[in-house]
Amino acid sequence: MSQALLASGRLLAGWRLAVGIAIALFLVLVPRLLPPFQTLQLSYGLIFAIAALGFNLLLGYTGLLSFGHSAFFGVGAYTAALLVKYMGLSSMEAFVLAGALASAVTAALFGAVCVRYTRIFFSILMLALSQVIWSLAFKLFWVTGGTDGLRVPTPTLLGGSVALGAGEDKLVFLTHRYYYYVLALFLVCVGAMWVIVNSPFGKALQAIRDNETRAEFVGVQVRKYRWIALVVSGTFTGLAGTLWVPLNGLTTPDILYWPFSGKIVFFVVLGGFRTFLGPVLGAVVFNYLETYAIGFTVYWQMVLGVVLVLLVLTMPAGLVGTLAPLFARRRRIA
Amino acid sequence: MALLETTRVRKWFGDTHAVDDVDFVVNQGELLGLIGSNGAGKTTLVNLISGLLRPDAGRIVFDGADVTRQSVHERIREGIARSFQLVNLFDQMTVQDNVALTIFAREGKTRRMTALAERDRAVLDEAGEVLQRFGLESKARMLAGGLAQGERKLLDVAVAYALRPKLLFLDEPTSGVSTREKAPIMDIVTSIVRTGGITAVVIEHDMDVVFTYSDRIVAMHEGTILADGTPEEIRRNERVTTTLIGTTEAG
Ligand SMILES: Nc1ncnc2c1ncn2[C@@H]1O[C@H](COP(=O)(O)OP(=O)(O)O)[C@@H](O)[C@H]1O
Ligand SMILES: [Mg+2]
Repeated sequence: MSQALLASGRLLAGWRLAVGIAIALFLVLVPRLLPPFQTLQLSYGLIFAIAALGFNLLLGYTGLLSFGHSAFFGVGAYTAALLVKYMGLSSMEAFVLAGALASAVTAALFGAVCVRYTRIFFSILMLALSQVIWSLAFKLFWVTGGTDGLRVPTPTLLGGSVALGAGEDKLVFLTHRYYYYVLALFLVCVGAMWVIVNSPFGKALQAIRDNETRAEFVGVQVRKYRWIALVVSGTFTGLAGTLWVPLNGLTTPDILYWPFSGKIVFFVVLGGFRTFLGPVLGAVVFNYLETYAIGFTVYWQMVLGVVLVLLVLTMPAGLVGTLAPLFARRRRIA
Repeated sequence: MALLETTRVRKWFGDTHAVDDVDFVVNQGELLGLIGSNGAGKTTLVNLISGLLRPDAGRIVFDGADVTRQSVHERIREGIARSFQLVNLFDQMTVQDNVALTIFAREGKTRRMTALAERDRAVLDEAGEVLQRFGLESKARMLAGGLAQGERKLLDVAVAYALRPKLLFLDEPTSGVSTREKAPIMDIVTSIVRTGGITAVVIEHDMDVVFTYSDRIVAMHEGTILADGTPEEIRRNERVTTTLIGTTEAG
């Protein structure tokens, strides 16, 4: 009996490894297998997935629902744009470092106000603070370009060693070299987040999520840990914003506005916040849904809304939460 | 020698004098039974000492230090731990992680976010030992939310015990379980407390249980201390028998 279990466990582990390798191989081969438009869509999907991973450290693991994550995504994007505008920089590494730092600082400030609160109070405060950042981007137009936003030309990668060739098609650069850049950072983010949620720190967050009072009574300083979780979460989402801006070529206040926060919430609810990879799948799938819904009908927002309502009603655990049990016995994050 | 001493500690909720200028002493090394009918103020007293509530007045001295104004976190550092009357666990985490997290917190390791928790052999081994002591090792991989009530009560105590406190408060460790299960739970808990040399205060409704396991008994009634003595003295105390023994059967 126990030997059978052990064997089935090994089979499961082997099966998972095989699926993982197949997916990794597919991701590496995407620029060769799929047309540029599809590669571009996948790049967007992977970037949104990083934002969703960060967001879910708060929702799935700490039990805090943020309605303000657009702020971090936007700060990440605007940081790159401002480095271009004011310092004439074009190095992606500089953008990434500065974007992560700026969004971490933003999250730290938000946290100073918000971590005393939980539930809807936390959500609403995050929303309010994010709208302050949005209105700044809107009002300080001589710095931020107002509603026109700021242009971000194609950056150089890896310390300037990889750049857009003279006369080269920008799309080729974005769907090959930049795609791999995004993919590499995506994999690093998935790995880093995996370690974080399975670290002693991650366990402390889960304890806070499950039972705040008891967490305090085993010696976890609840507010401090919530604050750290928010900073880490905001940094991931900010990094996503920085990676997004060269793809889009332009950053506008739209990504700071609350519907974008709602979109991040949807990624995670769609994929399932109770699983580690749910938000990743949710972000990629949502991006495709949105892209095709826009092409398909002018009522795409309504279509999307209906699809999401149906999904939430029929699959409250999200895509991964619903599909994963078909492959494994254990489905909840532990 | 007094390990804990409260001086005229008070907590009122409106007109309810839940804890009314109580002088309460716990001596080093004893297993103290704290009794009293429902609403006597036992849980509130523990809430004041453990830091969940701030007293309206009075002083709490633990191990020579005034802890009255200290945070929960600081009191845990000083060595005060507690379990809860209504089970308070991390339900979506495994039984093992409930205990392991407590050890991580005690060791100041919860700041670590770049190492996998399950790679920390020292902590996992200790968590395993604790679970074994409480007879929960076979449930280690289950979610705490999936345990039976008796097991949940034990795990609640195990989590507090894993902090290695000097003083452990157990608020009704057998409430909500069947009469049949009470004695086994108390046997496990009291033997662990005694072999660990931990000073413990056990709040308990069941008089038989209290008289069997306690070195000393304090009886509370309407926010004040009614009597204090050995089990024999309490058994013979008329004020206790008239006010308490009759009423507790119902509670
Ligand atoms: N948070 C609270 N707010 C208002 N009244 C409370 C609160 N906690 C306890 N009480 C009241 O204080 C009294 C003592 O309660 P408690 O300490 O829980 O008693 P015991 O644990 O001995 O049963 C009761 O009358 C209870 O209703
Ligand atoms: Mg009580």
